[in-house]
Amino acid sequence: MVHMNRWVSIREKIVKNTLTVFALSSLLFLFLIFIFILIEGLPLFLKVGLKNIIFGFKWAPTKGYFGIFPMIISSFLVTFGALIIGAPLGLSCAIYLAEYSGKRLKMILKPALELLAGIPSVVYGFLGVIYIVPIVREYLGGSGFSLISTSIVLGIMILPTIISISFDSIMSVPRSYREGSYAMGATKWQTIFKVVLPAARSGILASFILGMGRAIGETMAVIMIAGNALKIPTNITDPLRTLTGNIALELAYATGDHRLGLFSTGIVLLIIIMALNYLANFGIKRRI
Amino acid sequence: MRINPKKVNKFIQIMLNVQAFFTVGILIVIVALILVKGIGNINLEFLFSFPEDMGRHGGIYPTIIGTIMLVILSILFATPLGVGTAIFLTEYTKETILTKIIRFGVESLAGIPSILYGLFGFIFFVIKLKMGWSILSGVLTIAIMILPTIIRTSEEAIKAVPKNFRIVSYSLGATKWETVIKVVLPSATPGILTGIMLSVGRAVGETAAVIFTMGSSLRLPTSIMDSGRTMAVHFYILAREGISMEKAYATALVLVLSILLINIVAYYTMNKVVSRFS
Repeated sequence: MVHMNRWVSIREKIVKNTLTVFALSSLLFLFLIFIFILIEGLPLFLKVGLKNIIFGFKWAPTKGYFGIFPMIISSFLVTFGALIIGAPLGLSCAIYLAEYSGKRLKMILKPALELLAGIPSVVYGFLGVIYIVPIVREYLGGSGFSLISTSIVLGIMILPTIISISFDSIMSVPRSYREGSYAMGATKWQTIFKVVLPAARSGILASFILGMGRAIGETMAVIMIAGNALKIPTNITDPLRTLTGNIALELAYATGDHRLGLFSTGIVLLIIIMALNYLANFGIKRRI
Repeated sequence: MRINPKKVNKFIQIMLNVQAFFTVGILIVIVALILVKGIGNINLEFLFSFPEDMGRHGGIYPTIIGTIMLVILSILFATPLGVGTAIFLTEYTKETILTKIIRFGVESLAGIPSILYGLFGFIFFVIKLKMGWSILSGVLTIAIMILPTIIRTSEEAIKAVPKNFRIVSYSLGATKWETVIKVVLPSATPGILTGIMLSVGRAVGETAAVIFTMGSSLRLPTSIMDSGRTMAVHFYILAREGISMEKAYATALVLVLSILLINIVAYYTMNKVVSRFS
């Protein structure tokens, strides 16, 4: 009984090796995604030139123009717009949930807010078209398919990300910090503003960056609301086209260099997303 | 004039209250709008009959079947891989450079937006591997997309199993794998199921990654090499091409209700796990 049955030890080895292969599969998939998007997208950078793609203003892929500069700017514009709307609202919610709400209310509010994350982006897009676009058209002018409408919808869509990560980082601030502050005679808000939030700031920042990542990668809602015009918006009521929108609108029918141009768009998007994720992870790791 | 800190405190508290309820209000409004506008057009016939005239009339039966096929097959594919990875990361290694790299890979996969999964699935499965616009292409793409969720929730669930469960098992002479299969996994099952349910919810609502890999054929798929249309894709096409607002609302309602139901079950299971070990 002391020495292990031979078959058992072989089985243990097989299991371990199989599990190792399984674990490595994620890396393989990541590698494949990178490689295939790069293989398709890079040749065009060499052919047309990095400058003419990244800083080119004209997108007319069937005529040899692959400029995606307006889309890069537009992607960042809607993302910052979403952040202006989503960040204060999301952070307030997180503070409320962590510091003010009673236990029972928290039990209802927290899952309710997380369910907001489960609603598909096409549904947000649809409701945006039906309810937000007409309001913008009525009160601000333009067609309503615009930077401001897209920012509002994206701002709502990133709320769950911002709330749940900010909430976690506020909750992870040790109780003793708060007690120390109260002992000095600070009010609840003074404690939150001067002690809790500064202590939780890297996690809160990470929640904003992850929210940005979600907004910049969002596709279906955006193509329904943004209007998809090929120029840099100069006004909040102007329509715009994002990097994601460019891919989604044209992939189904693009061929030849046109299709390669969409993969070049994909490379730029991939780089932006990886950079944001890296920044966010850095923030989360520094969290206390 | 000095502002009274107590008054500021009170004011802020009221403001935060308002904002929190405003946010929850948005959720309620979204669900309510879809419920009110969609409920009148939903009946058994809508669920079990074929669409006519691009979906202008008739039901959504093939899209329900398409959704179910996509979801079940991608879960079947992703679950063993995901749970296996989680077991490897928690039970079979210490923190090494390898686990760091694997974790980095999983985090990166989780951050990639669905349109890039669509782009990858399109070029790799549809074109290079010649699977065409098919349920298989969609399944493989979605399986990769939901893998990080399954890995992370399974890892959390496995980590939450108390250490002495394992020690007792080893002391009875069980091997590592026997301990994992008979002790660790049964205790971690509810947590793992939560991850699977959340992934199901994500797959049901996904559009960008599905439309470019599975296509949007309205015919009832008979094999995994057929193109098919999910409810989410159908809803997108109905809404975007303005085919029928009534059918769009009705489809949205079926879509949102199924996702909410799936997620509520997921949270319920998760809470059971949390209360069990804490």
